[in-house]
Amino acid sequence: MRGATHARRAACAAAVALAATACGGGGGDGGSGDSGAVLSSSWGDPQNPLEPANTNEVQGGKVLDMIFRNLKKYDPKTGEAKDMLAEKIETSDSRTFDITVKDGWTFSNGEKVTAQSFVDAWNYGASLKNNQRNAYFFAYIDGYDKVHPEDGGDQSADTLSGLKVTGERTFTVKLNQTFSSFPDTLGYNAFAPLPKAFFDDHDAWLQKPVGNGPYQVDNYTRGNQMSLRTWDQYPGDDKAQNGGVDLKVYTDNNTAYTDLIAGNLDLVDDVPAAQLKNVKNDIGDRYINTPAGIIQTLAFPFYDDDWNKSGSEKVRKGLSMAIDRKQITDTIFQQTRTPATDWTSPVLGEDGGYKAGLCGDACDYNPEEAKKLVKDGGGLPGGQVKITYNADTGSHKQWVDAVCNSINNALDNDRACVGNPVGTFADFRSQITDRKMSGPFRAGWQMDYPLIQNFLQPLYYTNASSNDGKWSNQEFDDLVDKANGQTDTAEAVKTFQQAEEVVRDNMAAIPLWYQNGSAGYSDRLSNVELNPFSVPVYNEIKVS
Amino acid sequence: MPDQEPYEPERAIAGTGMGGTMDLGASEAVTLEKAPGPDGGSPQDKPRSLWSDAWHDLRRNPVFIISALVILFLIVISIWPSLIASGNPLKCDLAKAQEGSQPGHPFGFNGQGCDVYTRTVYGARTSVAVGVLATLGVAVLGSVLGGLAGFFGGAGDAVLSRITDIFFAIPVVLGGLVLLSVITSNTVWPVIGFIVLLGWPQISRIARGSVITAKQNDYVQAARALGASNSRLLLRHIAPNAVAPVIVVATIALGTYISLEATLSFLGVGLKPPSVSWGIDISAAAPYVRNAPHALLWPSGALAVTVLAFIMLGDAVRDALDPKLR
Amino acid sequence: MGRYVVRRLLQMIPVFIGATLLIFLMVNVMGDPVAGLCGDRECDPATAAQLRKEFGLDKPVWQQYLTYMGNVFTGDFGTAFNGQPVTELMGTAFPVTIRLTIIAILFEIVVGIVLGVVTGLRRGRPVDTGVLLLTLVVISVPTFVTGLLLQLLLGVKWGWIDPAVSSEAPFDELIVPGLVLASVSLAYVTRLTRTSIAENRRSDYVRTAIAKGLPRHRVITRHLLRNSLIPVITFIGTDIGALMGGAIVTERIFNIHGVGYQLYQGILRQNTQTVVGFVTVLVLVFLVANLVVDLLYAVLDPRIRYA
Repeated sequence: MRGATHARRAACAAAVALAATACGGGGGDGGSGDSGAVLSSSWGDPQNPLEPANTNEVQGGKVLDMIFRNLKKYDPKTGEAKDMLAEKIETSDSRTFDITVKDGWTFSNGEKVTAQSFVDAWNYGASLKNNQRNAYFFAYIDGYDKVHPEDGGDQSADTLSGLKVTGERTFTVKLNQTFSSFPDTLGYNAFAPLPKAFFDDHDAWLQKPVGNGPYQVDNYTRGNQMSLRTWDQYPGDDKAQNGGVDLKVYTDNNTAYTDLIAGNLDLVDDVPAAQLKNVKNDIGDRYINTPAGIIQTLAFPFYDDDWNKSGSEKVRKGLSMAIDRKQITDTIFQQTRTPATDWTSPVLGEDGGYKAGLCGDACDYNPEEAKKLVKDGGGLPGGQVKITYNADTGSHKQWVDAVCNSINNALDNDRACVGNPVGTFADFRSQITDRKMSGPFRAGWQMDYPLIQNFLQPLYYTNASSNDGKWSNQEFDDLVDKANGQTDTAEAVKTFQQAEEVVRDNMAAIPLWYQNGSAGYSDRLSNVELNPFSVPVYNEIKVS
Repeated sequence: MPDQEPYEPERAIAGTGMGGTMDLGASEAVTLEKAPGPDGGSPQDKPRSLWSDAWHDLRRNPVFIISALVILFLIVISIWPSLIASGNPLKCDLAKAQEGSQPGHPFGFNGQGCDVYTRTVYGARTSVAVGVLATLGVAVLGSVLGGLAGFFGGAGDAVLSRITDIFFAIPVVLGGLVLLSVITSNTVWPVIGFIVLLGWPQISRIARGSVITAKQNDYVQAARALGASNSRLLLRHIAPNAVAPVIVVATIALGTYISLEATLSFLGVGLKPPSVSWGIDISAAAPYVRNAPHALLWPSGALAVTVLAFIMLGDAVRDALDPKLR
Repeated sequence: MGRYVVRRLLQMIPVFIGATLLIFLMVNVMGDPVAGLCGDRECDPATAAQLRKEFGLDKPVWQQYLTYMGNVFTGDFGTAFNGQPVTELMGTAFPVTIRLTIIAILFEIVVGIVLGVVTGLRRGRPVDTGVLLLTLVVISVPTFVTGLLLQLLLGVKWGWIDPAVSSEAPFDELIVPGLVLASVSLAYVTRLTRTSIAENRRSDYVRTAIAKGLPRHRVITRHLLRNSLIPVITFIGTDIGALMGGAIVTERIFNIHGVGYQLYQGILRQNTQTVVGFVTVLVLVFLVANLVVDLLYAVLDPRIRYA
């Protein structure tokens, strides 16, 4: 976090000189907003039906963030999980948790938020027949194998046996393993409470979702626009500072950006890479670029013997050292990425487990050493590495080409590395699932919750859901198990870091860079910030 | 396909109803009206054949000579790019990204820090090959099928026309993802084949329409009345008068095919990296046009010159084939 | 002629079946769409199986096709992966695209033909060379760049237009996008007209008309143009596909939620129901368009007649 904060402070200092308003954050800024004014913001059409446990991408998550409040909420600045609807969450063994919901919360349709609202929602999310993309979030809860049999067997229960309502505002959660940081995961969207209306008339709810957050949906035209308005009776302390938000669907982030500089749009939370060089010119200091919990890596197919023999860790390390991360993040990404020096993210903070430099010299650009390591490791399998990526989203071609050029220059061979585009994301994922990769491939991880566990376990634990390279290491697995059982947070973080060192020593994946969130906004807005999930903190934005 | 009845409506369009040596069913209820203006198209029965006549004209046409020289030059550098560019098109230094012109690098650098001049020269091979060969394939296949359909009409025409309707409906993106993703060969041939496959229906429609019109001309009817065979009618009388729209569409399409190759590459189904082509460089430079217009300008310029050469060539050929201009 | 039209309309049935089957198979060949629905992670096998069942992907292809066609005849075109009915998507996308296409075709007809006539009558003059250069620019500079620069110039710098089209997409907001969309086709139309005009102006009937002392504009419009238009309308007929289904770049730049955009999204996400639904409607449009073109042949050249 240190480096990033420093950079941001410097940016703010520069901006203050230009009479900035956005650097104060919190309450410090002078602009007094009109609490009734509505702002417009760019949006993409959610890819899945807009249900809490069915939303796994940022556009749908943006809306859920505004219309729901969960037991926990991640602090927009520090990412720390703080109690929101939870009055208290108690455990003695890191396995059974007693949860008390705060009094006085209702959904925007007037219905009370009770323990039942959570239990019903979680049961719905876990149940196989409801087909929720995020069902696996409930996999730690006892009885998940009955409501969501992984082996294709029939579902033998509709509700999780580990969830028990013990009072109007209290319920218990029993996990199937110890997981000390479980309470901290409860800020994730999938754990949102749901009102009765959701179950009574599901179609109507999808047309116009009802939640318990600071905003309520006023109007939703699929594929075009969602109008959210401040909910006046919102009981929380993070009431919206504006009158509402109009989310407008754009076909392209470039168009949204052009609309912003033409003055037709207030907020763009995804500035296109090609425009980054013009940002200063176009909108001056009304641009933010802050770390987000996203890391990009290159994964390897460990099921391929060429990449999983003795010495191939040297080749992987050599490739890592052949990538000039700084040059690429500066030139291609205009500093909206930061060279990675570990496998987590700066948003975790040092206490949370981020450790700058954990990767050591393996992440430093060093062509000589790179050449030597690749040679020592037996050379590149097949004489050439192909970096596979999907061509349909996210302009990956640019950085893959840049990475390959860097490797080619370092290894003095203009055919050492080539990009290998795959037409669609679905095909790309199919090839990964079917273990058809023959060389390194694009891997990205956007955290679900700001815990070091979330950056390691899903990605490198044996057979974990996002362990795309199928890397498997007993030592790593043991350390993760150990860390999950440790009740002392600091201890657990240390153990996780030991596990991360195992990842480093094997170079299970090459860390490339940490991704920032970037946004530009109009001069009507002040106090604009992005949270660690790179989503704008809408309720704090002031509109003049 | 649709129906097998003897009186195909298409034939009604195609039929000429002049009587004489009609080898199509002459019984169609088709009436031929006279063209506005008096009769008197002069039959092309000079001692020299029309085609050799055209060649005779062409050799004296400066426009033809210049465009042919440009095309020759393009072909030469496609085969031996190192003749005029000593650099390596794959050698890129990100530190120089988007820099402008400097000694030894007259066109500057692109977004990846590759030398724009070298890449433009080396890009000619792929782009010229795709443009020229795909256009040739499309033009030949399209005009033969379309021409025959227009000339004979009938069930064949109906079937062909409906097939083209379906082809028009196949989205290029879908076609590319389906047909090209199964091909692993990294040569220009699959790309060319794909463009021909999706491109011929357009030329075929144009050729069909032209032949249907040209067939109505009095000299064609006269030649038919004099007992000319179908092949003679098509080659000597109809083709020279129907070829102009085909040439026009083909020469412009040549440019769009060169761009299409890049679209396919960007979908991940065309030529795989590290291929070098104008289209790929144009697409890569397009988003950065505000910052580094030079990276777009040079490959686009090369594409423009190529298209210009072929448009001029096409114009010259068309003029040479038009007896009225003589 | 009535009989002819009826026959042509009857031909739509086999074409409809052929096209839907072809597109259905093509989308199926692309592979399993479910893998792409769980973000950067593996769908757990149970959820994946459940999703396949929901979309009917667990059945053999022929059975999927028959079910789909059965549904289509009851007006049910299925649902997109985000749960939106395809008919709803089509209901919002087609009106916008049709408006955009009408504007583009008007540009092609008005601007393209006027430029074509002018250059055809003045071959080799500066105006001819100027239009040729413009043609080259349009062909060699990607639509993306022309669109973006127009957007920045007209929308941001001069403030004449809104850079993004609103969701209602009325005609006046679609003028600039329509021009951008039509630009490459304009090049074709201009040069086709130019060539035909140049060819026909020396023909006997034009000479006769001039000799008869008819006014110049009457010769041009009634005699010269009329006989030069067949290749042009043939081209426009073939171009409707590119304008309606292939306007991906234009639609993205100007934020138009039209057919090209939706179709592109459907293809990338391998959603059979979206793709087949949209393409089916497009096929019907081409059938009608080409019928109209064939009928226009007879109008333009009276020697071509239908019984």
